[in-house]
Amino acid sequence: MNAVPNIAAQSADIDALRRRAKNMRRHMLVMARGPGQGYVGQGMGIADVLAALYFHEMRWDPKNLLAEHRDRFVLSTGHYSIALWAALAEAGVFPLSELPTYGADDSRLAMSTIDTTPGVEMIGGSLGHGLGQAIGMAIGDRMRGSTARVYCELSDGEMQEGSTWEAAMAASHFGLDNLIALIDCNGIQADGPMVLDMEPVADKWRAFGWDTQEIDGNDMRSVVEALAATRSGVKRPFAIVLRTKPGSGIPSLVAREKAHFIRVEPSEWDALTAELDATEST
Amino acid sequence: MNQPQFTKAMGQDEGAGPRRTIDAPFGAALVELGAKRREIVGLTADLGKYTDILPFRDAFPDRFMNVGMAEQNLVGIAAGLARTGYVPFATTYGVFASRRALDFIAIGLAHSRLNVKIMAGLPGLTTGYGGTHQAIEDTGLMCLIPDLVVIDPCDAVETMAATRAIADYHGPVYMRLPRGKVPVVLDPAQPFQIGKARLLASGTDVGFISTGFMTERALDAAAELAKRGISAGVLHVPTLKPLDTDAIADFAARVKRVVTAENHVTRGGLGTMVAEALFDADVVKPLTRIGLPDKFIECGVVSSLQDRYGISTRHLVEAGAQATRRS
Repeated sequence: MNAVPNIAAQSADIDALRRRAKNMRRHMLVMARGPGQGYVGQGMGIADVLAALYFHEMRWDPKNLLAEHRDRFVLSTGHYSIALWAALAEAGVFPLSELPTYGADDSRLAMSTIDTTPGVEMIGGSLGHGLGQAIGMAIGDRMRGSTARVYCELSDGEMQEGSTWEAAMAASHFGLDNLIALIDCNGIQADGPMVLDMEPVADKWRAFGWDTQEIDGNDMRSVVEALAATRSGVKRPFAIVLRTKPGSGIPSLVAREKAHFIRVEPSEWDALTAELDATEST
Repeated sequence: MNQPQFTKAMGQDEGAGPRRTIDAPFGAALVELGAKRREIVGLTADLGKYTDILPFRDAFPDRFMNVGMAEQNLVGIAAGLARTGYVPFATTYGVFASRRALDFIAIGLAHSRLNVKIMAGLPGLTTGYGGTHQAIEDTGLMCLIPDLVVIDPCDAVETMAATRAIADYHGPVYMRLPRGKVPVVLDPAQPFQIGKARLLASGTDVGFISTGFMTERALDAAAELAKRGISAGVLHVPTLKPLDTDAIADFAARVKRVVTAENHVTRGGLGTMVAEALFDADVVKPLTRIGLPDKFIECGVVSSLQDRYGISTRHLVEAGAQATRRS
């Protein structure tokens, strides 16, 4: 039924996925260098899970983004768009030459997602919207007999939006085994380190009836294995709690963690790029 | 002392008048649509019983979801369903849709022009349950959202016709929902069209421009004024957005005084929008706005609250009579 490639049927080449993630991080530096800013920290933090999704786990086709039975990735934190643009560019949806337009007037690569950009499933950015829409997509796919799956990224700070819990309740009520929540726990929010403590995160999702795992979100092998485990046949939605490091892949950016919005001085870009190139892929 | 009157329970009909009624017109129309179109789905947020959608659930249980008391999630799920090709009709009360789920309707639906229909029960002052349940500013709020169609039907016939029309229209709609025993006021032969006003009477001493159930009152007021030798025109405006500004300007140009009538606060609703439309069209006429005051309404019996707060037929008759005295 699915006219989209089933990449996940192949066994994962972990090293290849690490190289993809590293390329994506390089794309993000190219993007952020233009405006001199961007959500680089968060983008780097979820680069590994996006690489695993787009280059291994998801059934999707960069040449047919609106394929009827595609797996969908919903980026609820629309301000992480830089990571999504990096993944889509790495997959060839956008030419690499377009990356420096990130955040520029009239660019397709906006600082927050808009669903008129190819490959974007939902307008994110007003937090607390993603999981509810992902549920609707998962129910819709199930109703029309599709085996497609919906992957919804959301963040630890976003769990403070009450609508997240409305959605968490509904997903388990409807037994959505085709829905996977990817909860990016990077420990930061706009006003600094977690303004409101959300721990224990995994216990909360478990209590809401989700099949829950907690992993190092910057360890490619753990990410790939956790995603594979969501195909277990359990009739419940899946939550993967990703412990990620803002700026992951570039040690000096990681050292600035607890910063929601990293500002980079013009003189620093070359050094950061050199640092990334010198770093072992995670 | 007069015998006290009591507020009726939530599910009961609170405003049956002398006209013939149709029971649950929205439910009937949705079942009819659902039989023809498999992509139509029904949702509610624990208010199925009170929003006339249970006939749809009974007819198509596999295409119905009750998401519990969670209006933000109701709209979110409806948005996701629309993205997979379904046409969701989501019911709740107008207060909860417009106030609580506003960002979800604006960003989740309208920004993407998703094909979702929000069916908003208890419009305006149609319940005695007080400010928590009276959606007295909902159409104003919804009309400010870009790309959202906003409808306030008059009667049972128009509720059914509008339900069919918005199912055929591709895009987000907020529709006020008359529920229970809904009177028949309009001629079913006159078609409902999104964005079109309907001229129901063409008197020129005073011109009522009305929406929702206030059109029934405008017609009653016009009949009463006729007995007094005053000719009243009635322009029914069921679609508040997009507003039929041409019809409004043409109508207003032919009457001595304009009286708007809405089951809503007079600020930000039909009255405000008509005033803007007339200024934009260079048609400047004396204008009286009938509607609810800028205050939260307390609990009480609906008919007496409506009379106390200025939206009963009596108020339209008075405004019409005054109009001729002033001119």
